[in-house]
Amino acid sequence: MSVASRLLLKRHSVLPGFNLALGFALLYLSLIVLIPLSAAFFKTFTLSWGAFAEAVTAPRVLASYRLTFFASLAAAALNAVFGLITAWVLVRYEFPFKRLIDALVDLPFALPTAVAGIALTALWAQNGWLGHWLPFKVAFTPLGVWVALVFIGLPFVVRTLQPVLEQLPHDLEEAAATLGATRAQALARVVFPQLLPALLTGFALAFARALGEYGSVIFIAGNMPMVSEITPLLIITKLEQYDYAGATALAVVMLVASFALLLLINLLQAWARRRQGATV
Amino acid sequence: MTIALPAVTPAKQPTSPLPRPTEDPRWLRGLLITLALAFMGLFLFVPLACVFYEALKKGWDVYFAAIVDPDAISALKLTLLAAGISLPLNLAFGLAAAWVVAKYDFRGKQILLTLIDLPFSVSPVIAGLIYVLIFGAQGWFGEWLRDHDIRVIFAVPGIVLATIFVTVPFIARELIPLMQAQGSEQEEAALLLGASGWQTFYRITLPRIRWALLYGLILSNARAMGEFGAVSVVSGHVRGQTNTLPLHIEIAYNEYQFAAAFAVATLLAALALVTLGLKVLVERQVKKTST
Repeated sequence: MSVASRLLLKRHSVLPGFNLALGFALLYLSLIVLIPLSAAFFKTFTLSWGAFAEAVTAPRVLASYRLTFFASLAAAALNAVFGLITAWVLVRYEFPFKRLIDALVDLPFALPTAVAGIALTALWAQNGWLGHWLPFKVAFTPLGVWVALVFIGLPFVVRTLQPVLEQLPHDLEEAAATLGATRAQALARVVFPQLLPALLTGFALAFARALGEYGSVIFIAGNMPMVSEITPLLIITKLEQYDYAGATALAVVMLVASFALLLLINLLQAWARRRQGATV
Repeated sequence: MTIALPAVTPAKQPTSPLPRPTEDPRWLRGLLITLALAFMGLFLFVPLACVFYEALKKGWDVYFAAIVDPDAISALKLTLLAAGISLPLNLAFGLAAAWVVAKYDFRGKQILLTLIDLPFSVSPVIAGLIYVLIFGAQGWFGEWLRDHDIRVIFAVPGIVLATIFVTVPFIARELIPLMQAQGSEQEEAALLLGASGWQTFYRITLPRIRWALLYGLILSNARAMGEFGAVSVVSGHVRGQTNTLPLHIEIAYNEYQFAAAFAVATLLAALALVTLGLKVLVERQVKKTST
């Protein structure tokens, strides 16, 4: 047995290849992901603290944080509500074309973001299929950013809830009904609490995805500084002006935010697993 | 003379005597189905239909002209190249990572799992940026690369690297839960009966994970061909040289060649639909083989 396997393995295994597979996986991750990501942090060390603070708190940057944060939050919230309804309908009810519709839920994962971006822009522009019905502008305003973020976040809530709903035993609902609860009470006080961890996980996943989204947003946003400019676009703008340090400073802020979210999502998932384990 | 048969229409039994307590009332079902369909229609079906409508609005001639445009063809080639290089590499990584995570119990497994997922939580723009910081003109290797006349950023290698980055987790993600559920008894039996490590892998492990593997490849491919943000940062947008299909769409769109942009977009939308179709087939196979 080699040093690595003796140090790391908690239990001896007869299967070969631990060192080779772990070594390759770690080397690959280091070269492709970890070393390049660390470059972002090293680059910001070339900035003085004052310059860093100035780069990440300029008014235009703050406006982009606000837009990115609140548009992502609002999009994830809408997806939480309609994702819950969609998952419920897909698991509990029968209706025509259900399987086709179920398959299409993943469309935002499979459709390239640039395609989604130009399609949504064409739809919601003032002369578009949907835009011309509305008395206010959607495309080229913060509302347009929100529409694009709803699109790309749509599958997360549905796909996190579906497996939980499928495994949800009916007997608790039946018991609630037997004990005199109305259907509304059973749904609100028996079913919903069991779905809550998965719903929050889906919400957080949609939110995290929305924060970093670029392709589908830039077409529909109009990209006006201070109004409809998202943070990832600002990074690209700074890069195009050869302000590498400024771009990287923004990237570090976003990276820290996404790592914090990743941690939160892991905690939520652990909670969801415990909750599910308790009911089964 | 025929005898008139008595009408055989006894009073119809009510088909459902009492609603089941866990069944929602009809009006609620109708309302929720309508809401779900309206939401999906508005945010999924209409945009998808719009892509094809806008592409064909000016007729088939314009459509085909946009697709056989030399810049579009060269963008397609580059897209295929980037996907063609990134897929086998991520396949090797996915197999190695899934083997380690699923078959062994070791310290730091949770950390490894988080690291595998990391590219999912990094904005695509940042995925491009980090390679610029390393290989760009002002980057770590910028000077050395210039001295040796090697271009990575604003050239094909940068595009390939960015594509690899955004698709790292897909195959590993698909394989890990399946291989964990399958356990390693069969592999242990094969080894006990005298098979070598590689024989065990090829003859025992691989056939049992082939559908999940295929699914991972399909997802990975869809993302590789459609990636926009990361590739956009490292590409430099040189027409006919460093444009992938999504970048070609962006340029055409920004030049107000809407019909051309949407024509090329239908190719990627069709790829997305094929991906979803294959996904359904593969999921059915996984269910069949696992039961």
